[in-house]
Amino acid sequence: MFAGQPLAPRHEQTISRFGLRSLLPEEVEVIAGPGCPVCVTPTVALDRAVELALRGVIVTAFGDLMMVPATRMSLLEAKARGGDVRVVYSVSDAVEVARRNPDREVVFVSVGFETTAPTTASELLRGVPENFSVMCYHRLIPPAMELLLGIGDIHIDGFICPGHVAAIIGVKAFRIFAEAYKMPTTIAGFEPNDVLLAILMLLRQLRDGEAMCENEYSRVVREEGNLKAQQFIDEVYDIATADWRGIGRIPQSGLTLKKEFEDFDAEKRYEFTSMKHVDINPGCNCHLVMIGKIYPPECRLFGKVCTPQKPYGPCMVSSEGTCRIYYKYGERPKL
Amino acid sequence: MDMCLGVPAKVLEIRGEKALVDFGGVTREAFITLLDDVKIGDYVMIHTGYAIEKLKPEEAEEILKMLEEVNKS
Repeated sequence: MFAGQPLAPRHEQTISRFGLRSLLPEEVEVIAGPGCPVCVTPTVALDRAVELALRGVIVTAFGDLMMVPATRMSLLEAKARGGDVRVVYSVSDAVEVARRNPDREVVFVSVGFETTAPTTASELLRGVPENFSVMCYHRLIPPAMELLLGIGDIHIDGFICPGHVAAIIGVKAFRIFAEAYKMPTTIAGFEPNDVLLAILMLLRQLRDGEAMCENEYSRVVREEGNLKAQQFIDEVYDIATADWRGIGRIPQSGLTLKKEFEDFDAEKRYEFTSMKHVDINPGCNCHLVMIGKIYPPECRLFGKVCTPQKPYGPCMVSSEGTCRIYYKYGERPKL
Repeated sequence: MDMCLGVPAKVLEIRGEKALVDFGGVTREAFITLLDDVKIGDYVMIHTGYAIEKLKPEEAEEILKMLEEVNKS
């Protein structure tokens, strides 16, 4: 059996939406990994953002985060209770909110992987107003892939790596998986043909007993990646051990603001009430979905207690959450 | 709103740190601070309002043509 793991939720979206599983031979299994930024953002980030919103701070966040369940309430519920929570498309919109509201405090919940990290870095380097600060919860993809390889009861024969993360960090960042771990690896774009071609590349490698890092997405991704974006990341962040919701602590997997930027670190600027942050509610299986151990329908809550209208776990919220994708597109029958 | 979504777009105008880009009919401003020497006519991949990489022109045009065909059908 071949089990490939796409690390980007957009891959799962393409696979489900276009029914690609029904085109694949039965021996080929493709299961989503922990690439949904909203899903892996630890509850402490949301709890603190909720607390700030209820204390009169303007909280800005990507739309995906709004309905993610947190310990007390989601950001959307905080908004319903009078908190000033605003959806932004980009960190630059959040900075603009701060410029237009000089007498208010504005916080941006900065989440996402190597693709969004340089955008926030770019704003901090350009200069942001004093009433602006960032909750920095960026996470890195390669350390999570290394973690997956260490989980004994998940069988992986190949990785399908996220094309836009690779556009930033380059093919070179993924070579270790082929070279040190002997794992067939492809970097893939997000059109149906991209994903199918990436799967074919992995299958050929397996057939020939090879382990290479192949770049299917060569129209965007270069060997060295986007050096300017990498430089921004290096200038603004330190790499640190970080908590992933439902997965736990992964060494060297997160970005924190460097000392020079600590004035803009919301978590240094404000004091928070200490409380217990609950990442996974009783009965929720998101932690197993995120590491690719189970498919969403294997969770008893899926589609019953947990729906996009009333999500119980984080994977049912964002359009990138594996459960949400399965709920929307279902699974096509085998042809 | 899809954080991971990257959309190819054509650069129409350079406006300092931003560029006016065309997503096949829809235009919007995007930051070009993450790239060096972006030129009018370049194709770029836009992610949360920032151009994160340039596309190879032949391939970009092919993709946009393909997407247009899909949209028509």
